Amino acid sequence: MKFTEEHEWLRAEGDLIVVGITEHASEQLGDVVFVELPEAGTEVTKDEEVCVIESVKAASDILAPLDGEIVEVNEPLVDEPGKVNDDPMEGAWFFKIKPSDLSQMDDYMDEATYKDFIG
Amino acid sequence: MGETVADLKRTPLYDLHIDLGAKMVGFAGYDMPVQYPMGVMKEHLHTRAQAGLFDVSHMGQVVLKAESYAAAAEAFETLVPVDVLGLGEGRQRYGFFTNEAGGIEDDLMFANRGDHLFVVVNAACKEADIARMTQALAPAVSVTEITDRALVALQGPAAEAALSRLNPTVAGMAFMDFAEVELDGVACWVSRSGYTGEDGYEISIPAEAADALCRKLLEMEEVAPIGLGARDSLRLEGGLCLYGNDIDAETSPIEAALTWAIQKVRRADGARAGGFPGADRIFGDLAEGVARKRVGLAPQGRAPMRAGTPLFAQAEGGDPIGEVTSGGFGPTLNGPVAMGYVGSAQAAAGTEIFGEVRGKRMPVTVAKMPLVPANFKR
Repeated sequence: MKFTEEHEWLRAEGDLIVVGITEHASEQLGDVVFVELPEAGTEVTKDEEVCVIESVKAASDILAPLDGEIVEVNEPLVDEPGKVNDDPMEGAWFFKIKPSDLSQMDDYMDEATYKDFIG
Repeated sequence: MGETVADLKRTPLYDLHIDLGAKMVGFAGYDMPVQYPMGVMKEHLHTRAQAGLFDVSHMGQVVLKAESYAAAAEAFETLVPVDVLGLGEGRQRYGFFTNEAGGIEDDLMFANRGDHLFVVVNAACKEADIARMTQALAPAVSVTEITDRALVALQGPAAEAALSRLNPTVAGMAFMDFAEVELDGVACWVSRSGYTGEDGYEISIPAEAADALCRKLLEMEEVAPIGLGARDSLRLEGGLCLYGNDIDAETSPIEAALTWAIQKVRRADGARAGGFPGADRIFGDLAEGVARKRVGLAPQGRAPMRAGTPLFAQAEGGDPIGEVTSGGFGPTLNGPVAMGYVGSAQAAAGTEIFGEVRGKRMPVTVAKMPLVPANFKR
């Protein structure tokens, strides 16, 4: 699993990369009350805003961590945004992306480096 | 913003907040708990279901004293468009300072304490409020800020049961009653009021006794500590104004839908008409109506509409007809909730308008306030 400085996690699943936000991020956000997902089939470029999540405190964007195509989104999150707090590392994944350049994964941190990053 | 921790003042309950694991933030110059480990959502729901304890010691507590209550009341009426003189002893009332343009300088609560007036004002405005009162009223009225007392609120349907364990007389108090009550041997000033839309009390406690008294309340099963985050979502569902967001120096009380707080005796045809700053503008607004009004807003989707969201009459085109002044997620409604100003033509409950969120116009319904019905002990 890889981690971005934006507190996203990236997990390989076959030739797809599953993207969510970390436990640390979900704690910092507070109770998540709204999730807006991209549409499956959308072509995205790295660092493009693809999701909006809002907590009781504020709105935040989730960036596409890689170039590629969004092939699947976690639709149930829209009706149950609280899952982002309850199960951020597994059940509350946001989207699966088919990367066009897997080497972009090398830009990201491994778990030990991410743990140092969040202190 | 821009306040460093070193500059922030602490309330008498600071150590308690730290012991409880609060997340602290700078607010109006004070280091205040925004939430406890329970989190904003659960704190909000707990207050509606049981009882929440809030530290509001950052607010200004002020005593106005003259040769009699009537003398202090008549003087205070030169600053507020509210019936102060007619308020019964042991009763509390809502009011606001107005300016010459008829705008609101701060909103407040005041109580008739028999021989003096007790006033509670917002933290961010308290210095200006005290200066205003001193300049306008002294020396005939002494204006004294009370700096040696904490102020807490105990709010929610179980507040009565909880506080009654410390003194059963509080159960006999009605909404907006005010009394000196001994709680656990400590002389407290208690009002049956609050800022959540729930039944409950606000309690002024000698600073040195506040920590122990609050810990005693928190030991009770019904009572949980609640931070500023849930205080904001509770008052928003309750349709209550936040000074600086929903009302300010530019908004008249009539635009702000606070006409109910101006008793008949102070209106144009009343026995003590006018005599407060901005009376001409406020009477003009009352007689002729206003171009914009504060309304409740129920966004139809799940997306919160936060302060600053522009409002439109149509789904496309046209100029904004107003904007959201407070908005977020309402845990009791389990959906977004907001309030804001719209043109009078759109102010009727049920009117469908649109709020522009991230470039998209989303439907929102003008709604009767409060969006969550109040639960006061009348």
